[in-house]
Amino acid sequence: MTTTQPAARPAGPADPGPDPAVRVRGLVKSYGGRTVVDGLDLDVRRGECFALLGPNGAGKTTAVEILEGVRSRDAGEVTVLGEDPATAGRLWRDRVGVVGQTTGAGNALTVRETLDHHAGYHGVPRGTGELLEAVGLTEAAGRRVDRLSGGQRRRLEVALGVQGRPELVFLDEPTTGMDPVARRQFWALVEGMRDGGTTVLLTTHYLDEAAHLADRVGVLAGGRLVEVAPPAELGAELRRTATVRWTEDGVPREVATTEPSALLRDLLSAHPAGEVPGLAVTRPDLEEVYLRLVGAVPAATSPLSDTPEGASR
Amino acid sequence: MTAVLQPAGTRPAPPSAAAIGLARTGLELRLFLRDPAQVLFSFAYPVVMLLIFASVFADDETPSGAPFAQYFLAGIAATGIMLTSFQAVGMGIAEERERGDLARLQTLGTPAVGYFAGKAGQVLVTTVAQLAVLLVVAATAFDVTLPSEFSRWATFAWVVLLGATAGTVLGIAVSSLGGSSRAVGNGITASAVVLQFFSGVFFVYSELPAWMQQVASVLPLKWMVQGMRSVFLPDAAAAVEPAGSWEHGTTALVLAAWVIIGAVICARAFRWRRPA
Repeated sequence: MTTTQPAARPAGPADPGPDPAVRVRGLVKSYGGRTVVDGLDLDVRRGECFALLGPNGAGKTTAVEILEGVRSRDAGEVTVLGEDPATAGRLWRDRVGVVGQTTGAGNALTVRETLDHHAGYHGVPRGTGELLEAVGLTEAAGRRVDRLSGGQRRRLEVALGVQGRPELVFLDEPTTGMDPVARRQFWALVEGMRDGGTTVLLTTHYLDEAAHLADRVGVLAGGRLVEVAPPAELGAELRRTATVRWTEDGVPREVATTEPSALLRDLLSAHPAGEVPGLAVTRPDLEEVYLRLVGAVPAATSPLSDTPEGASR
Repeated sequence: MTAVLQPAGTRPAPPSAAAIGLARTGLELRLFLRDPAQVLFSFAYPVVMLLIFASVFADDETPSGAPFAQYFLAGIAATGIMLTSFQAVGMGIAEERERGDLARLQTLGTPAVGYFAGKAGQVLVTTVAQLAVLLVVAATAFDVTLPSEFSRWATFAWVVLLGATAGTVLGIAVSSLGGSSRAVGNGITASAVVLQFFSGVFFVYSELPAWMQQVASVLPLKWMVQGMRSVFLPDAAAAVEPAGSWEHGTTALVLAAWVIIGAVICARAFRWRRPA
C-alpha cells in the first residue's frame, strides 16, 4: 500500500502458465447492434478460482456463456481446456461443469432421483451418496425439488454441476438472492472444489464474494476487462492516491495525492505548535476502487487537485 | 468435502444417445405420472368425448350403417394420438425451454437425438395406455364391437406408430419455431381444434364440404382418422369414403411424409434455448 507497489498490470495477465484452462483474445459479441462483449482478453490458470466481477450488463453472463459453448461469438479466439467451445464435442462438455439456474428435470423429482438420473449423462459420475454429502443435502435427499429452500436448490445445482467430475466449473452469479448463512455455506463448497484441484470461473457482482473466493479478480466494464489482479491488489494504481483532509480557518479542506507524506510534512510544519484540526488520511477501500474501475464514480481528479470549497462527501 | 470434489483423472466417453434416450423415457414417464392434470387429460378426454358423442347421437346411424359410437371411436382414437403426441410434446418442450431445463441439458452435452428419443418413448407408452383405456371403455360401456381379425389390428398398430411418430416430430418442430410457451400452447390448442373439425373427428368426414376435405387431406390427422375407420368399421363402409376405398398406401405415405417434414424442421430449427 505504498508508492513502491508495482503498477497494476494491464488487462490480461502476462504469464498465464503453459496450459491455461481458459484463454480468450479479442472476444466480441453484439446483440442487434449493441456490443455486449467488446474485445475481451482473459486468461484463467489451471486450478485457480477466478472471479469475473462487474455490474449488471457488463457482459459477464454473455462472456461466460460463450466460454461454456452455448452462445456463438462474433469475433475473437477462445480456448477452453484446449478446445474451441463453439466446436467442442461431448467429451469436452463432460470435462466442463456448469452450475445453472435450474435442475433440468422439472421440479417433481426428489433430490436423489434428480442426481441418480443425471449420473447417466457422464463418463465418470460421482456417486449420489457422495454428492449429497458433499453439498450437505443428505437429509433432504427424499424431498421433492419444488419443496427445497432457495439455498438447498443452489446446492443441488452445484451437485449437478460437479457430478461429472469436471476439470473446470462455471458458476454464474451463484449466490444472488441467497441469505448470508446460505452464502457462507456456498462459499465453503466452492472452496472445496478449488482445493480439490478444480478450476473455478465465477461471475459475481458482489465484491466481498470475489474477495473471499477468488485467487484473482477480473473487473469487467463495458464488455472488456479493465483490471486483473488478486483481490488485495485490485486497483493498486487507484489505491496509491490517498485523500488528506483537515480543517483550515474553519473551512474543511480535501486534497487527493499520491504523496501524502510530503503533504503532511508541509501541513505539520505549518502547525509547529499543535494539532492539525480534523486531520485524516484515507485510501480508497475495495468498494471505492471497484466503483471507480467500472466507471460508476469518476476516477479521482488529478493528484494534488485541490477542492477547497468544502468538498463535503 | 475436499476429497470428493476432485476432477476425474482418466475419462471414458459419456453414455451413448441411445442410453440417454432410454433413461429419458423413464424420466419423462415418471414426470408424466407426477402431473395429475396431464394424466387426467390424456386418459379421460377421449373417454369423455366418446361419452358425449355416443349419447348425443345415440339413435342416429352413420352413412355406412355403423352406429355412431363405432364411427366416432375411430376419430377419437386418432385425436387421442394427436393429443398425447403433438400437443403434449409441443407444449411440454416449449415450457421446458422457457424454464431453462433445455439449457441445462445442453450444458450437460445431451445429444438432441437422445432427448427426442425420450419424448418419443414417453409418447408411445402413454398413447398405448390411453388407447387401451378408450377401447376397453368403448367395448364394455358403449357396446362397440372390436375387430377380431389380425389384419385389422396390424393396421391399427402401424397407424398408431406412424401417427404418434408424426405427432411427436411435429410437436418438437412446432415448439422450435420460437415464441413463448404461452404462444406455442395457444397455437397448438387452436390448430388442434380446427384440425379435428376439418379431419372428420366430430362429423362424418364424407359429409364435410369438399374444400374442407381438400385442406384436411394434406394434413396428417385426416389420414389417421381414416386409418382408424378402416380398423373399426365394416369393410362395406369403405364405399362411403370419398375415394371409395381405405387408401392404406396413401395413408402410410402421407404420414411418413409428415414424419420426414417434421424431422427436417427439427434438425434445422431445434434450439436448446430461446434466442437472446
